[in-house]
Amino acid sequence: MSIVNQKIGGEIQTIASSLLESGEVAAFLGYTKGSLPGMMRPYVARDSGEAGNLSWSSFCVINLANYLPALLRSVEPPRRPNEPPPEGQLPKVGVVATGCWSRNMVVQVQENQIDRSRVVIVGVSSRGMVDRRKVERLVGNREITAIEEEDNVLIVRGKGFEETINRWDAVRDNCKTCLHPDPVIYDELAGGLSGDRQIPDRFHEVEEIEALSVDERWKWFQEEISSCLRCYACRNVCPLCYCPTCFVDDSRPQWVGKSTDEVDTALFHILRAYHCAGRCTDCGSCESACPMGIRMRLFTKKLQKDVIELYGFEPGLEADAPLPLSTYKVDDPEDFIITAGKKGDQK
Amino acid sequence: MKPLVVEKAQAGSWLRKLCQEFDVFGPVETKKGFYNWKRLDGTIVPHIPQGVAKVSIKTFFFPQPEVMFEFDARPTDPEAFRPIEPHCDFNPRVLFGVRPCDARSVALNAMPYREDPYFQRKRKETTIVAFLCEEGCLTCFCTLTGGSPVGIEGADMAVTELETGFFLEPVTEKGLRLLDYEFFRKPTAQEKSIAQERKKGAQKSVEDTASKLRSKDLMDLYNAHFWAAVAESCINCGACTFLCPTCYCFDIQDEALRGKGRRIRYWDSCMFPLFTQHASGHNPRGEKLKRVRNRFMHKLKYFPDRFGPISCVGCGRCVRDCPVNIDIRQVMEGLMEV
Ligand code: SF4
Ligand code: SF4
Ligand code: SF4
Ligand code: SF4
Repeated sequence: MSIVNQKIGGEIQTIASSLLESGEVAAFLGYTKGSLPGMMRPYVARDSGEAGNLSWSSFCVINLANYLPALLRSVEPPRRPNEPPPEGQLPKVGVVATGCWSRNMVVQVQENQIDRSRVVIVGVSSRGMVDRRKVERLVGNREITAIEEEDNVLIVRGKGFEETINRWDAVRDNCKTCLHPDPVIYDELAGGLSGDRQIPDRFHEVEEIEALSVDERWKWFQEEISSCLRCYACRNVCPLCYCPTCFVDDSRPQWVGKSTDEVDTALFHILRAYHCAGRCTDCGSCESACPMGIRMRLFTKKLQKDVIELYGFEPGLEADAPLPLSTYKVDDPEDFIITAGKKGDQK
Repeated sequence: MKPLVVEKAQAGSWLRKLCQEFDVFGPVETKKGFYNWKRLDGTIVPHIPQGVAKVSIKTFFFPQPEVMFEFDARPTDPEAFRPIEPHCDFNPRVLFGVRPCDARSVALNAMPYREDPYFQRKRKETTIVAFLCEEGCLTCFCTLTGGSPVGIEGADMAVTELETGFFLEPVTEKGLRLLDYEFFRKPTAQEKSIAQERKKGAQKSVEDTASKLRSKDLMDLYNAHFWAAVAESCINCGACTFLCPTCYCFDIQDEALRGKGRRIRYWDSCMFPLFTQHASGHNPRGEKLKRVRNRFMHKLKYFPDRFGPISCVGCGRCVRDCPVNIDIRQVMEGLMEV
């Protein structure tokens, strides 16, 4: 058992239990153990007894911010659609937040998706979450029956084998390039803080693709999405995707075809990525959720890099910073807008 | 029908022959490290992995999308909007290395699709070569669903892998047809007994979940206390339903471009809000809880009440790839306790 994560898990339980016990929050959102090795399940505790089911490990890969708006609605008194909420303080909910999740909560506050005063954030400094598919690859894709977590190694067991692998080797790509593992906003802390990290080449994944020719890049993109099922796990798991009707679901007008036609799938991915520009925190939920192992996070990572280069902005770090895509400045860079000349000629 | 054996050294030649005559598909390891169905060219005998391939074989019977017909969409054309039979571009197929759960899923889907011409035509043209399982995975639970690791339901030929070669048992005429070559020999008494023993061992623990669930009151299951908790974690994506071999729901749309059109039938999922959205704006399954409950109730109660077996073959794909670890085995357990 990982000492650090066990300690964090214990503190989450204690904090959640006292918040629920005192009535400070009506529900507490965290993780509980899953039914498979390397799987955790997002979980809502509604009384202090249930707080005992909360747990923490290196496999908490899904961004909990995603559940917050619906959870907040669920604790409000029932009312008819369009009826305004009652006067006074509405019930609060508690939630665990790592660096990127807390940044998504900042974005949610900025975009009016959650009311900060109704959320009690229990911050956790992330040690980097582990990609269970990397673990599988590291043991030669053999069937895994148990994963035991220690602070710096994972002990992986299956029929007739036991292997010890370095935990960091199996950490997700987005976590490996994360500068801010500490929560940006929080009300309580479980475990200690670890400070910002220095990563000189944090966009190396994107730079490798940028270095390719246009044709090679297109080929890479098409290959990457070729096995996409259009299951929308990547979209549904993302805290940025909260439109009541997504553009892919719209039928009047219909923007995108519904089957796995190449062009339709490409359009879905390109538009999804653009809708996340200047908002995505590289939390990696989308990539972790994809059943087909598609690295669609690299599309948003490229846009993250562009937004930094063009507007000097990183989402979710400051609560009152203006959002680049909904703010206009006279001197905004516009070199990327194609105004004249032949196709693809940018000047 | 009498079993035959093809020795390992001969298996390649047999498969090459099959590839000349049929479009043969088998599980092939992809760059991403999982197995998926790929057209075989006869140069290799695929290694059949333990457990199932990533995507189920429903794609062969219920493609994403199915072109139902084409039409001319120019209003000036007197023939406009008359359905035109779509160009059918497939040869008879062989699916090589199907696991018994996937083979059984085809038999189950054939119940609601019994009068569906698209499904039935593909089924007629497809021969399923099922590889019986010696060993399951952590997520396999066919025996809880009425299937078995050595089940032959839905298969046209059953294959037991032996040290010496493949022990082939044709189940249907279509399966027998694949043995029309010179590569085979009669099994030895020892081979026969090994194959028999394996079956006996594997068939022990089959449970009749379906009849237990059929005997329960529908509304009791519908009102079970745990639905809210299951739904709370679910993100309402389509990963479970799209990977599932026995999820067969679809939607239909016309796609038209520059005077040409086609009507397609494509995968839909009861997890999506649009699945039940009415034109009036009303949605009878407008909340996540209702959608989550429907997926399980359909598989575990409505389908067995109507057709007999539960609409799940225990392949474990949804368990393995649900991003938030919703595990149908736990839901089944919960329903059994109601
Ligand atoms: S796009 Fe992916 S990485 Fe970005 S915030 Fe959404 S889930 Fe996280
Ligand atoms: S989760 Fe993966 S398979 Fe599903 S829509 Fe997204 S990229 Fe496609
Ligand atoms: S059960 Fe899992 S895979 Fe299915 S819709 Fe819910 S989150 Fe997606
Ligand atoms: S419900 Fe899950 S386990 Fe059952 S057949 Fe479908 S994917 Fe397989």
